[in-house]
Amino acid sequence: MTRPRTAAVRAGIARGRIEFRNTMTNLGELLGWLWLPIVVLVVMFVLRGTPVPGSGFSLGTQSVAGVLAANVVFSGVLGLAVALTMDREDGTLLRAKATPNGVIGYLVGAVLAKAALVVATTLMVLVPAAFVYDGLELARPGAWPTLAWVLVLGLAATLPLGAVLGATIANTRSLGLVTMVFFALAAVSGLFYPITALPGWLQAVGQVFPLYWMGLGLRSALLPDALAAVEIGGSWRTGATVAALGLWALAGALVGPGLLRRAAARESGSAVAARRAQAAQRPAR
Amino acid sequence: MTARGLRMQYGSREVLRGVDLDVGRGEIVALLGPNGAGKTTTIEILEGFRKRSSGTVTVLGTDPDHGDEAWRARLGIVLQSWRDHSAWRVRELLGHLGSFYAPYGSAARPRPCAVDDLLAVVGLADVADRRIGTLSGGQRRRLDVAVGLVGRPDLLFLDEPTTGFDPQARLEFHELVRTTVAGEDTAVLLTTHDLAEAEKLADRIVVLAGGRIVADGTATELAAQVVGDGEVRWCRGGAEHRARVSDPTAFVRELFARERRDGMRITDLTVRVPTLEESYLALVERAEQEAGTGTEMGTGTEAEAVPA
Repeated sequence: MTRPRTAAVRAGIARGRIEFRNTMTNLGELLGWLWLPIVVLVVMFVLRGTPVPGSGFSLGTQSVAGVLAANVVFSGVLGLAVALTMDREDGTLLRAKATPNGVIGYLVGAVLAKAALVVATTLMVLVPAAFVYDGLELARPGAWPTLAWVLVLGLAATLPLGAVLGATIANTRSLGLVTMVFFALAAVSGLFYPITALPGWLQAVGQVFPLYWMGLGLRSALLPDALAAVEIGGSWRTGATVAALGLWALAGALVGPGLLRRAAARESGSAVAARRAQAAQRPAR
Repeated sequence: MTARGLRMQYGSREVLRGVDLDVGRGEIVALLGPNGAGKTTTIEILEGFRKRSSGTVTVLGTDPDHGDEAWRARLGIVLQSWRDHSAWRVRELLGHLGSFYAPYGSAARPRPCAVDDLLAVVGLADVADRRIGTLSGGQRRRLDVAVGLVGRPDLLFLDEPTTGFDPQARLEFHELVRTTVAGEDTAVLLTTHDLAEAEKLADRIVVLAGGRIVADGTATELAAQVVGDGEVRWCRGGAEHRARVSDPTAFVRELFARERRDGMRITDLTVRVPTLEESYLALVERAEQEAGTGTEMGTGTEAEAVPA
C-alpha cells in the first residue's frame, strides 16, 4: 500500500507549510522563538570591543555563530517537543490517529514546520547581525554551503531529539526542566567564549552533545580560518563535526519513530480528557 | 458492527461486564446511559483506541485491535470535545484531513466529500475562511461532525455530541445529523445520557447501565420494555385499593369484568403509568445497584398482583 502513504506524506508536506505559515503570521509565537537570540545578540553587541583571547578578533562577532547554534538546537529540540506535547494535550495527535495514515502526515508536517522555522529564524538573526557585527565572512565562497550543510545536519541531529522528548514528556510543564538542561549545556558548549578556557572534563561533557558541534560548524562557516586556533586541537575539525552530528541523527532516527508510535498508540479521547482535567487543576502561577 | 460479551476491567474495577451490541448497515443507534456507565469506554474499544479485556468485537468486518489504515478510512470519529488546530482555517483543515482519504475512495463511494458541499451542509460556508479558534462552541461542534464525515464513513461514532448545548443548538444539531447521514448509507453509533436525544435521533436505543446492556429496541419497543409497572387505585365497597401492575389496561378490564359479575361498584379509579423518562431512571438505578453489590440481574418476573 504505497499510494495511501504517498498521499499522507504529500498531505504532511502541505501540513508543514500551513503550520509554518501559522507560526510566521503569529507575532507572539514568532517572538517566543526570537527573543532569546535577540537578547544574546544585544548583550554581545556590548561586548563587541572585547577581543577573543589570543587574537584581535571581536568576541561579539565570534559569538554570532554561537547564538545561531543555540537557536537551531533550542528551536529544533524544544520547538518540536513543545509542539508534540501541546498537540497531545489538545487532541491534535488523536485527530491524526483517527485519520488513515494521519500520524505519518502529522509527523512529516511537524518536522517540516519546525525545520522551516529554524531556517527562517536563523536567517532573521544572521542577516541583521551581518550588518551590525564586523568580521563575519558571509561573502567568502564556501560560507553559505557550509552554513547549509551544518544547518541540515544539525536539524537531522536535533529534531529527532525533540520528537523523543515530546513523546516521553508527560505535560508541557515538565518542559521547563528541559530548558534548564539546555542552558546548562549552552554554558559548557563554547558558544560565547572559547571552550578551551574550560576545564578538560567540562570540555568533554560539552563535546558529547550536538550543541557544541553546531556551534563549531557554524563558526567554521562564518569566521576567518585564523580563529580555529582557539578551538580544541586548533582546528575546525570538520570531519569530527560531521561524525558527531551524524551519530546523533542516526540515534534519533533509530529511537524516534518507535517512541512516537508508542505515544500515538496511547492516545484516546479519555486520555486527552484526563490530561486536560489535570491541566485545569494546575494551580495558576 | 457486532460486540459479544465485551468486558473491560481497570485493575479490579469492572467497567463493562459483558456487553452485547449490534449496529446494522446504515442504522442509527444510540448508546444511552448515565455518566460513568462505560459508554465512552465502549466506543473507544470499537474505534480501536482502547484494548478490551475480553469479548469478541467486529467492526466493519475487522477486530478493531487489529484494524489497519484502510479500515480506519471507513470510520468517522467525533469525540466529546476537540480543541485542536485552532490556528487553522475551517476549509483548510477539512481539505487537509480529507486528502488522507482520497486513496480509499471507489467509484461507488468516492472519498473524500467535496469540502465546500460539506461546509454548506453543516452550515459553515460563511465561516469557511475563519480561524477555527474563533468559532463559537456550536460552530466548532459542527466542524467536528464535518471532520467525522469528510471521509464518507460507513460507520460514524458520535460521543456525547451535544454536551453543553442549549436546547436550540441541540435541536439544530439533531437536524444536522439527520440530514447529513440521510442517503449516505452511513451507520451511526452515538452515545448520550439524554433520553430525549436518543429518542429523537436514533432508529434504535440501547441502554447501558452498570456495565451491561439493560434494554435494547426502538423508542416504542423500549417504552414497552422499560416502562415499569403502572399504579392502579380504586375504591370498592368503601375500601381503598391500590395495585402495581405491568399491564394496567388488562388489569382494569379484569376489574370491570369482576364488577359486572358481582355488582359491587368501582369508584375513584385512577391509573398512573410512569413516563419513559421515569422508567429509564428506575431501570438505570436498579442496574447500578445490582452492579454495585455484584449480584446478577434478576431474571424472574415479579409476582403479578391480582385484583382484590
